Amino acid sequence: MSWRLRVDPIACTAHGLCAELLPEAIDLDEWGYPIIGPVPDRLLPLARRAVADCPTLALLLERDRPR
Amino acid sequence: MTTGTAAPHTVRLLAGYHALGRRAGLEDHLVQYGAPPATAGAALIQAVEESGLTGRGGGGFPTGRKLRSVAAGRRAAVVVVNAAEGEPASGKDRALLTVAPHLVLDGAVLAAGAVGAREIVVCVHAEPDAGTGKDPQTAVRRDGAATLADTVRRAIAEREAARPAPVPMRVTAVPPRYVASEETALVHWLDAGDARPLFTPPRPFERGVGGRPTLVSNAETYAHIALIARHGPAWFRSCGTPEAPGTALFTVSGVVARPGVVEAPLGTPVGEVLRLAGGPSEPLQAVLAGGYGGTWLPPDLLGLPTTPSAFRAAGLALGPGILVALPERACGVAESARVLAWLAAQTAGQCGPCVHGLPAIAADFAELAACRVSTELYRRLDRRLSVIPGRGACRHPDGAVRFAASALRVFGRHLRVHAHAEGCLLAQWPPVLPIPEEW
Repeated sequence: MSWRLRVDPIACTAHGLCAELLPEAIDLDEWGYPIIGPVPDRLLPLARRAVADCPTLALLLERDRPR
Repeated sequence: MTTGTAAPHTVRLLAGYHALGRRAGLEDHLVQYGAPPATAGAALIQAVEESGLTGRGGGGFPTGRKLRSVAAGRRAAVVVVNAAEGEPASGKDRALLTVAPHLVLDGAVLAAGAVGAREIVVCVHAEPDAGTGKDPQTAVRRDGAATLADTVRRAIAEREAARPAPVPMRVTAVPPRYVASEETALVHWLDAGDARPLFTPPRPFERGVGGRPTLVSNAETYAHIALIARHGPAWFRSCGTPEAPGTALFTVSGVVARPGVVEAPLGTPVGEVLRLAGGPSEPLQAVLAGGYGGTWLPPDLLGLPTTPSAFRAAGLALGPGILVALPERACGVAESARVLAWLAAQTAGQCGPCVHGLPAIAADFAELAACRVSTELYRRLDRRLSVIPGRGACRHPDGAVRFAASALRVFGRHLRVHAHAEGCLLAQWPPVLPIPEEW
């Protein structure tokens, strides 16, 4: 079972903390909003931390299932 | 808008209009199409599934599957008829509700029975020229003409007088913003008076209006349901293609002899649909298909069949039934830049990549249109077009990017002229693509 990160774009206000905490999987666009890449299993603990620390709770960790 | 003609067997939704030449009242409607059958829920869902009907609002999702998902919800459902046509180049839902309101309402009543709905809501756009600053529900047009909301209310009253509907129906006028007709925006509007899209999931079919499973479908889709209930899935499949069966309405504008709404089987080549609207009135440079979230077609693709798969195979998107014929004399870059500026202004203002990205793309296109072309500009625009899609709550930014990217492809040769010119000689003509006046 793999996991993926997803952003609630309405809640996100471009604090950029997620990219600071998890640069391996998260990049910022020119306006400071996150661009999410794949999350390898070894980064899961760091991904959970980034999710918990998002000031607007806009970062979500979800089971990677086809919607 | 005028309504074009086609061979009789390929005209279904507009058959009553062609026979009558005016809006069909309830009596006219029953003479033309007969009374709707008292089809039991499960049977109608199965008939719609077998018909292969897909949503006519642009998404192209299988309608039968959507009906089944809504019906599977445990709570009583809500049926929403989406006639809040936000596309400036689209007039098909307005035309359909104006000339054949009872076909749409029949479909909504039948769908409500099939999914176990307790309420039907018809959503129309508040009229742009009703802009009195007052409550859009009660605003009156300055020219005194009936609004679309009035037309639908009159049709509902007609039905109530004849035989009370099994499910209450009401009409609501949605703020005239482009993204207000997105399905979660309609749910948000009905629940909280805020016509802006919501983050999903849940999608409306699982949790929509008032937390109930909600069927949101395009007005035209309900009209097809009304005919499938009467004539069955085999009849529905008797025109169109096996994977895109039935007919669809197309709003055709730009340089054609008779701009207006036409009905044609899906799979009809683009050029043939233009011909139903009188054909090009001057040489064409390109055709915009699918509206302002759609794609430009070069003239050598006029033979392309109007099916989602044929368009996909050509790297294009069919989207809703909208075709705009652009003349050779127009500057496609300037036209696209105008539309992109409007699309940027239509953001709901919620998601960063849309709020910041669309104005940035529009500004880049304004540079291209003004012949201030540079390698740096292209590099920046390419990067922006690649990072924006898929990052909004709704598909508005994706559509704007699709439109912009296709403009770069189709007007590539003309862009090379812009790269070496001081100004574009073609930009002197009045614009072809319609933009609402008040934005």
